[in-house]
Amino acid sequence: MSVLAVRQLSKAFGGVRAVNDVSFAIGAGEFLAMIGPNGAGKSTCFNMINGQLAPDSGAILLGDRNIAGMAPRAIWRLGVGRTFQVAATFASMTVVENVQMALLSYAGDLYRLWRPAAALHRARALELLAQVGMQDAADRPSRELAYGDVKRVELAIALANEPRLLLMDEPTAGMAPRERNDLIKLVKQLVLERGISVLFTEHSMDVVFSFADRIIVLARGRLIADGNAAAIRENTQVREVYFGTGKTFADGTSQGAAP
Amino acid sequence: MSAAMLTVEGLSAWYGAARILYDLNFEVGRGEVVALMGRNGAGKSTTMKTIMGLIPQREGAVRFEGTDIARMRPFEIARLGLGFTPEDRRIFADLTVLENLDIGRQPPRQFPDGTPAPLWTPERLFALFPNLAEMPHRLGGRMSGGEQQMLTVARTLMGNPLLVLLDEPSEGVAPLIVEQMAATIVELKKTGLSILLSEQNIHFARLVADRVYVLEKGQIHWQGTMAQLADNLEVQRAYLTV
Amino acid sequence: MTLDSLLFQAINGLSSASGLFFIAVGLSLIFGVTRIINLAHGSLYMMGTYIAYSFATKIGGVIGFWGGILATAIIVGCIGALIEILLLRRIYRAPELFQLLATFALVLVFNDMTHWIWGSEDLLGPRAPGLAGSVELLGRRLPSYDLFLALAGPVVLLILHFTLKLTRFGRLIRAATQDREMVGALGVNQAVLFTSVFALGAALAGLGGALQVAREPATLATDLIALGDAFVVVVVGGMGSITGAYLAAVIIAEVKALCIGIGVVNLGGISVNFSKFTLVAEFLVMAIVLIVRPYGLLGKPQGAVRSIAEPEEPIRAATPMLKLLAAVVLGLLLFLPVLAQSSPYLMILGIDVLIAVIFATSLHFIMGPGGMHSFGHAAYFGLGAYGAALLVKWLAVPMGFALAAAPLVALAGALLFGWFAVRLSGVYLAMLTLAFAQIVWAAVFQWEGFTGGSNGVIGVWPKPPFNQGWAFFLLTLALATVAVLVLRRVLFAPFGYAMRAGRDSPLRAEAIGIDVKRIHWLAFAIAGCICGVAGGLFAFAKGSISPESIHVGRSIDGLVMVLLGGIQTLTGPIVGASVFALLQDTIMRQTEYWRALLGAVILVLVLAFPSGIVGAFSNLWRRWRGAS
Repeated sequence: MSVLAVRQLSKAFGGVRAVNDVSFAIGAGEFLAMIGPNGAGKSTCFNMINGQLAPDSGAILLGDRNIAGMAPRAIWRLGVGRTFQVAATFASMTVVENVQMALLSYAGDLYRLWRPAAALHRARALELLAQVGMQDAADRPSRELAYGDVKRVELAIALANEPRLLLMDEPTAGMAPRERNDLIKLVKQLVLERGISVLFTEHSMDVVFSFADRIIVLARGRLIADGNAAAIRENTQVREVYFGTGKTFADGTSQGAAP
Repeated sequence: MSAAMLTVEGLSAWYGAARILYDLNFEVGRGEVVALMGRNGAGKSTTMKTIMGLIPQREGAVRFEGTDIARMRPFEIARLGLGFTPEDRRIFADLTVLENLDIGRQPPRQFPDGTPAPLWTPERLFALFPNLAEMPHRLGGRMSGGEQQMLTVARTLMGNPLLVLLDEPSEGVAPLIVEQMAATIVELKKTGLSILLSEQNIHFARLVADRVYVLEKGQIHWQGTMAQLADNLEVQRAYLTV
Repeated sequence: MTLDSLLFQAINGLSSASGLFFIAVGLSLIFGVTRIINLAHGSLYMMGTYIAYSFATKIGGVIGFWGGILATAIIVGCIGALIEILLLRRIYRAPELFQLLATFALVLVFNDMTHWIWGSEDLLGPRAPGLAGSVELLGRRLPSYDLFLALAGPVVLLILHFTLKLTRFGRLIRAATQDREMVGALGVNQAVLFTSVFALGAALAGLGGALQVAREPATLATDLIALGDAFVVVVVGGMGSITGAYLAAVIIAEVKALCIGIGVVNLGGISVNFSKFTLVAEFLVMAIVLIVRPYGLLGKPQGAVRSIAEPEEPIRAATPMLKLLAAVVLGLLLFLPVLAQSSPYLMILGIDVLIAVIFATSLHFIMGPGGMHSFGHAAYFGLGAYGAALLVKWLAVPMGFALAAAPLVALAGALLFGWFAVRLSGVYLAMLTLAFAQIVWAAVFQWEGFTGGSNGVIGVWPKPPFNQGWAFFLLTLALATVAVLVLRRVLFAPFGYAMRAGRDSPLRAEAIGIDVKRIHWLAFAIAGCICGVAGGLFAFAKGSISPESIHVGRSIDGLVMVLLGGIQTLTGPIVGASVFALLQDTIMRQTEYWRALLGAVILVLVLAFPSGIVGAFSNLWRRWRGAS
């Protein structure tokens, strides 16, 4: 049984078909990478799944419920967590308050006007921070954190509603290779423990090939390949539209210094 | 190495109370491609913006062709022949490709020794970037990320620069475009242009750079030739990769 | 009403449309490139009429009139360039709100300057030489000058359009509208570009004002009226779009013409005079357009403004020190009536300060933690004040009842207006809130039978023992304390956190299930409700309420109070309101030119204390602690 099934999804902007009849599914506990050239429709596809955009046609089934066209906050309440390409936290709050905010929302406490929020759900928030290795920074203002740490806090926030599915838009964008691997290892470990499925977009092929269980490739709005790392690596169409010769990412195949 | 075009001495910069750069010293020679490498947040982009005069709180000396530009405003620096290609591209979304190029236009320029700098026209740039030639009247906002990346480089070249600050040209674009960018940089080097590049991707840097400065937390921790860095796994491990 | 008369009104409307277009197009161009809403734009327009009047009467004839109009445009353009060079250049990096305040300070200064030069009488210019007659149209006579104006608008529109499209100057303007820093990094001297755009925008305003000289008298009230019109046109047409500005000008002018054309109509036995609704109609058009197209007819969504203001610290519970300080201040205030036995004026001053504190704290609640920069907080003050006063006038309810009803009336208004306002952000929200405040003001002003019109409501005196200054002061003190503490409590509760979350990152907030619009809507309502308390107290403190005391000036006073104290601190509005009210009651009223004085104070404040009084002190404090 798949956690998320996308059926014949399409979306056009001013006559240009950004996403054209795309279908795929994510199994329980699966780590699925979505890759493709810029402008292939990855972001559009992603934003339809998380509710930022309403599709023109097609269905997005979360379990057996069609979430196409629902608001992001409603989709979140159905158990879909989310991280952003440019990490977004609440800059005027401390690290732990950022996580508490998600817990307050999850518990339906947002409209409480009287009890101070600082004490509510603090223990649970600290627990989540401990899991991403950020408990020591709990009471620091979140805007002071290094970017890699912001990404970890974002992960703790995304886990607050005990999601079934995690959507990660370029989770390692703007990070150095070592940080990338550390972060993705952490994500992989956390989701394995909880049986969460992950859909992520990514430009770092090292990350994709090392960690994805399965890869889907979009180009010009269409799904052109769906398979494991080995199959995608060898796929001639994918090479042509996306990888090129591979010398800018894959160690070992590069041909030395500047010509 | 030929005579330095750009010399940076004791450069520091601040964002509000936070100090970002600490006493940087480096130079770029004529016709050289130099890479500033380091993790995100190491200070690469800030270095470029500081050279370009976009960070108001700065200290130290920046000399371009012997002129001290450390206290100049961005447009004055650009008019000396220093081009800047920002990381986030900053294409004018409501202007067409040709109009974007026109904004970057500056008069022809000469090197200090009197040799003319390469003179760029839209036609020449379209030959360098065939993708752009297909869409001269397309609005910047309607272009894909890779096309915008090309346009931002082309727009900078319209100023006929002597040296270009190229901020993270490989970030966030598909491997195929990254390869094209590498080929373009090699082409540009052949025209005599000097390039200061910021980069995290060592595979990419290996294809284009002559020399490297490695940054970490706003300080230079290592410097040497690209070949030396390629062999120095210790530095790579400490500051760059796996 | 016949079809002919309607058509005639429609053509007449086109000449008004040209006038609106001239005011608005410069504002729009200037905003596009500099990202500054030039509140002094209406003042430039007003000065245009005065200067053209002087040319037309002092020199006279064809040269004095037509040459004078051209000379006026050039002079006002030069004034614009001076404003840009001397003032705006220093504040391009300041937060948006400071820029608004600085340009509002200019409004005050220019108004007093005009008053000083030309006096307070309305001045009507001569007829236009060569166009003094009229043409016969549909059996009526249309002044030829109006026909000329109707054509002048589209001609200027075409010239501007092709300038923007085909010249390098135009391309630079369009590029700078999107990313001025990048334009600079490509070798374009932004300073020259900004100055020339500002001069161009100002010259257009001056031209517009000058062209009115043969149609309407020059008056000192024109600045804010023209500004309000320009806001509506720009917001309806879309920020930065000149074609949009003309389109919007036509729509608004035609709706107004239609209202006048319809005149008095009998609706189910009640006779309604539509020509009295022109002001309301204008703002209704704006509200409708903003709901359907939040960025105006031809506008585009605004890119996030690159904020350079320092990010805010996390809020912390009051330190023992602060609690002690608050207790001491409260104690002193309780003791004040004893001190004031010999000087009753002290009680009046105290009441004014406390009302200002409630007003500013409630505004800060949505402006600071909510991030909604309301330019129309006077609306809720007015609803509270009129709510209480009208209950006393018509139903003779007791004071306690009226005071309790004031926040409820304000709450109802805030719920209605807030529902629209939270759909927008940034300058659009600022303009919409201002428009709603104008609607409230216009309704009060125009609905004479119910509200007393310009005379207001009088005889709203408190009943014993509150007719004694000390008793009313203590009542005000009690309500102010409760209001401040309640707002503070809410800020520390989950609701206050959710409000800040929606301000810090709406995207992230929605992604963790927060309905940002709803939270901000309720916050808007809470702030309006508390503000209503201030309005109710004001009506009883003064014994009367008039449209003048709920005009746009009061909204701006609130902004000055909040910024004076510092927007990023919770104690800021209290300090800011106290200082402002004290200044206003003591120094300002001593001089005839208090507006100019207030303007000067604001300018000093903006240029010298960009983080407000409390902010400046806490920065000093931090530096001192850091040093020792």
